[in-house]
Amino acid sequence: MSNPLYNKNIISITDLSRAELELIVSTANELKQHPRPDLLKNKVIASCFFEASTRTRLSFETAVQRLGGSVIGFPDSGNTSLGKKGETLADSVQVISSYSDAFFMRHNQEGAARLASEFSSVPVINGGDGSNQHPTQTLLDLFSIYETQGTLDKLQVAFVGDLKYGRTVHSLTQALSLFDCEFHFVAPPALSMPEYIIDELKEKGCTFTQYDSLDGVLSKLDILYMTRVQKERFDETEYQHMKSSFILTAQMFEGVKDNLKVLHPLPRVDEITTDVDSTPYAYYFQQAKNGVYARQALLALVLTNEFGDK
Amino acid sequence: MKKHLKVEAIEQGTVIDHIAPGQGIKILKFFELSKGRQRITIGLNLPTYAGEHKDLIKIENTVFDQNQANQLALFAPKATINVIENFEVVKKFKVAIPEQIAGVLICPNSNCISHNEPVDSRFNIKQESGVVKLKCHYCEKSFISEVFKELH
Repeated sequence: MSNPLYNKNIISITDLSRAELELIVSTANELKQHPRPDLLKNKVIASCFFEASTRTRLSFETAVQRLGGSVIGFPDSGNTSLGKKGETLADSVQVISSYSDAFFMRHNQEGAARLASEFSSVPVINGGDGSNQHPTQTLLDLFSIYETQGTLDKLQVAFVGDLKYGRTVHSLTQALSLFDCEFHFVAPPALSMPEYIIDELKEKGCTFTQYDSLDGVLSKLDILYMTRVQKERFDETEYQHMKSSFILTAQMFEGVKDNLKVLHPLPRVDEITTDVDSTPYAYYFQQAKNGVYARQALLALVLTNEFGDK
Repeated sequence: MKKHLKVEAIEQGTVIDHIAPGQGIKILKFFELSKGRQRITIGLNLPTYAGEHKDLIKIENTVFDQNQANQLALFAPKATINVIENFEVVKKFKVAIPEQIAGVLICPNSNCISHNEPVDSRFNIKQESGVVKLKCHYCEKSFISEVFKELH
């Protein structure tokens, strides 16, 4: 038995092939259906949050404990002696990796996880590095899409809100571009999808359309991925004007497909009104829960050879 | 009427020819050529036989190696390097854009981890429709060669 992710670092979603993404999603599904509480028994996983991120950390740590592993680490480097003594990340990583069987990390600087992987003696899983990558968010998004649609192929997917700065949107678009999905980008012109993502989609021959409001888009969709338009990026009048075009309410679901599911990386502020929560389309809280299964899948694949080709 | 280039010939050294107009000064700064003691002649906006314009640099008593030539390609992908001995061109080659460049440039992303750790900067290089783009190995951000101002 072997799997291509065994003993590998998980740094960037673009490092993963379609087959590897499918393997992670199927492993998450398997672990959700059939828990393995002893899979990581006797394994010590370091949870190193050089920058605080409570939900991501709790999700990772839950994943370790649900598989029977132990966690060491810190929730914020401000509470440790690491930064204060002026040690480089490279040195910290060499020491921490000598204590553990794998570690996941969050850092405020872009490229930190890639650098850590070059100095670590054990696999590194990126839990977010600045504005760069957050691959486990994308994996839980993919798992949620698979779970609700039964496939990742040929779906109609809309991304709504801040598409310029939203790294979750960028990574998920890159991942779904391997599955022949059709994209609908809904954003105010000032927050539209960056040129480099558009160029990548063109290069791969993907179909996409850009819109400046949700009007007429919803009825086509299988997945509606909402993100927050940050109020502070606009003046008050502009924001009030814009709100109606990018805020999802329960009244807007008339004529949508039965299988439509609304996802959101959370936290939401006011871009999805709470009346959406009780509709059959809302899936964002289940999506957050799926983060634990996606992270369990990664740990299981990176640390054991029990999944994958048999 | 025979046309002559209005730049003096050199006895020994390197002539970097076919530099896009405007890039000559940047190359001079990038390679810190003016800091040495060798004599340098630079021609800007020189007319070409094809009716276009180019920049040109002549550096006496200096021969560019392949590594320097590849770095040069980031700024002047169409440049030609002529090695001169006794006023004659003894070797002529085109620059080639390398696939990777390490330890030479500083990542323009000020929040890139490569700035304050014991590693060399590393960039993967791609040319898209004539534009040279460098993607940082660490922060994964892409930049066009024009934005690089500093060297390690």
